[in-house]
Amino acid sequence: MGKTLFDKVWDSHVVDQIENGPQILYIDKHLIHEVTSPQAFAELNARKIPVFRPKQILATADHNTPTKDQHLPVKDLLSRKQLKQLAENCEANDIEFYGLGHKYNGIVHVIGPELGVTQPGMTIVCGDSHTSTHGAFGSIAFGIGTSQVAQVFASQCLLLKKPKKLRVTVNGKLKTGVLPKDVILYIIAKLGTNSGTGYFCEYAGEVFENMSMEGRMTVCNMSIEMGARGGMIAPDETTFEYVKDREFAPKGEEWDKKLVYWKSLPTDNDAIFDQEYEFDGADIKPMITYGTNPGMGMKINEEIPALEDASFEKSLEYMGFKKGQSLLEQPINWVFIGSCTNSRIEDFRVAADYIKGKQKANNVNALIVPGSQQVAQQIIKEGLSTIFTEAGFELRQPGCSACLAMNDDKIPEGEYCVSTSNRNFEGRQGQGARTILASPLVAAATAIEGKIIDITKHLN
Amino acid sequence: MEKFVKMVSTAIPLSIENIDTDQIIPARFLKATDKAGFGDNVFRDWRFHKDGSVNKDFILNDETYKGSILVAGDNFGCGSSREHAAWALAGYGLKAVISSFFADIFKGNALNNGILPIQVSPDILKSIMTTVTENPNTEISIDLQNQQLHLVNTDIKSTFDIDPYKKLCLINGYDDIDYLISNKEKIEAFEASRV
Repeated sequence: MGKTLFDKVWDSHVVDQIENGPQILYIDKHLIHEVTSPQAFAELNARKIPVFRPKQILATADHNTPTKDQHLPVKDLLSRKQLKQLAENCEANDIEFYGLGHKYNGIVHVIGPELGVTQPGMTIVCGDSHTSTHGAFGSIAFGIGTSQVAQVFASQCLLLKKPKKLRVTVNGKLKTGVLPKDVILYIIAKLGTNSGTGYFCEYAGEVFENMSMEGRMTVCNMSIEMGARGGMIAPDETTFEYVKDREFAPKGEEWDKKLVYWKSLPTDNDAIFDQEYEFDGADIKPMITYGTNPGMGMKINEEIPALEDASFEKSLEYMGFKKGQSLLEQPINWVFIGSCTNSRIEDFRVAADYIKGKQKANNVNALIVPGSQQVAQQIIKEGLSTIFTEAGFELRQPGCSACLAMNDDKIPEGEYCVSTSNRNFEGRQGQGARTILASPLVAAATAIEGKIIDITKHLN
Repeated sequence: MEKFVKMVSTAIPLSIENIDTDQIIPARFLKATDKAGFGDNVFRDWRFHKDGSVNKDFILNDETYKGSILVAGDNFGCGSSREHAAWALAGYGLKAVISSFFADIFKGNALNNGILPIQVSPDILKSIMTTVTENPNTEISIDLQNQQLHLVNTDIKSTFDIDPYKKLCLINGYDDIDYLISNKEKIEAFEASRV
């Protein structure tokens, strides 16, 4: 029987199998940030255990960082302490660290790929559930808890039971105005927030084959929002083209050798998945969410379903919406374009292309937050910064920003925010804030109009 | 890690589905660099209004319900991988969570912190939720060795699954680091074989 992409990568990283128990899985790359690593370092210190393979770890500061005045000391004392702790831990353990102001600083799931650290066939972990992003390269990448961060520090391995395999196939052609974010929001709306639990998900079919790496990252990023530990897309020419010549990508003979291996990774034709779903790309429209989990999504011109369910009703009450309501014409005061889901250069090109020559609505506060220093530089280089500022958008410095209400960027209580981030949980963007997830295009259009519009009617 | 063998406790019924880890511990409380104190802020934004006043409608603020077992709706612990959620539940004094479904990462985090996630069928969950809600004095007995759960003085019982390795860890108070380090030679041999 053939093997899936997931099988091939997983099986080649198994160090040992415990009888009646989990496997010891070897981890190639360990990405860390300030929020989920300090207790792991403390655990090792307390037990006098050294970091086993510091050269396989890369650190960045992203969650707890301001997106203004990054050259100044961080105002919030607890945040400053946590950031300092990361710098000290990296220094003490000989770990590469891209702190605030470093030319490679940025959101962990943006910098890994853009530096060529993320490569096909690897196992990659990080104390962050959106580590699934890196699966876009055909790597096994998943989020872990802090106890597991400590385990990887200590042994470069994890004890895991092999997950089951799921495949989501989307064939056909996407309609104009339908972006990768809409594809994944559509899939999650169809399948629900726990359909992927216990599985690793491979995305296959023409829609993903025709997608850029940025788009594939957006899709894989949100795998966790349907419960899947990770998502994967088979590496192909698009992948190789993206990785080639990046800072930490293999070079010369090493590149040729890796390329042969990477080309052997795609799922065999006779491989069997534990679960399969198939969708028609032509059925997907620009999507928005109306509730408090990412599964509560709908096509932008649809109406909120009328489910009789206490949790569903609690969710609508929080959002201030009613069953059967359309969200078209819904006034919106906040727009956030950023986060590890949609803060890569392509996302800002799409937004800028729509915004060019227009002005944001007066009622809207619109934040543009690049995913990394490199993306920030590219925004300037391509002249997108001028488009954003002339249209009245606020261009910030890189970081997780308003995705999670941990740093200074928060949405006020009761306000609606059309956001390109990944979670619309209660309070996710600030206490009492109401999040509507959408693509960068829908977010840009919302900022211009000051309300949600049927974007499909505004495109040629 | 503290050993987990058997426990008997009353329970708190939290009949909400898809409780994500942002609700269990909001991100603004993740700035700490140690594991202490998260229990004070567990379910912070459900326990308290924004002005700091107590939300009397929330079950954790209802004096009627106490105990070290949480009975929660389907898909508990989804979302962020933050282990702070497990630290917050443990810090609040919870030792077990009963639900009909747990998110993967949360389940692992709970087990790594001595909290037992017990998955039961939706029907059993419903009867536990109803019984505990109607009679707050109902005690739940959990026997990890025999993987059994029983609502004392009722006929509601269930067996539950747990990974045999994780069960061994909980019963003995071991953690994965000890095991992994004891396998260092195998890990080094694996590394050498790949070059």
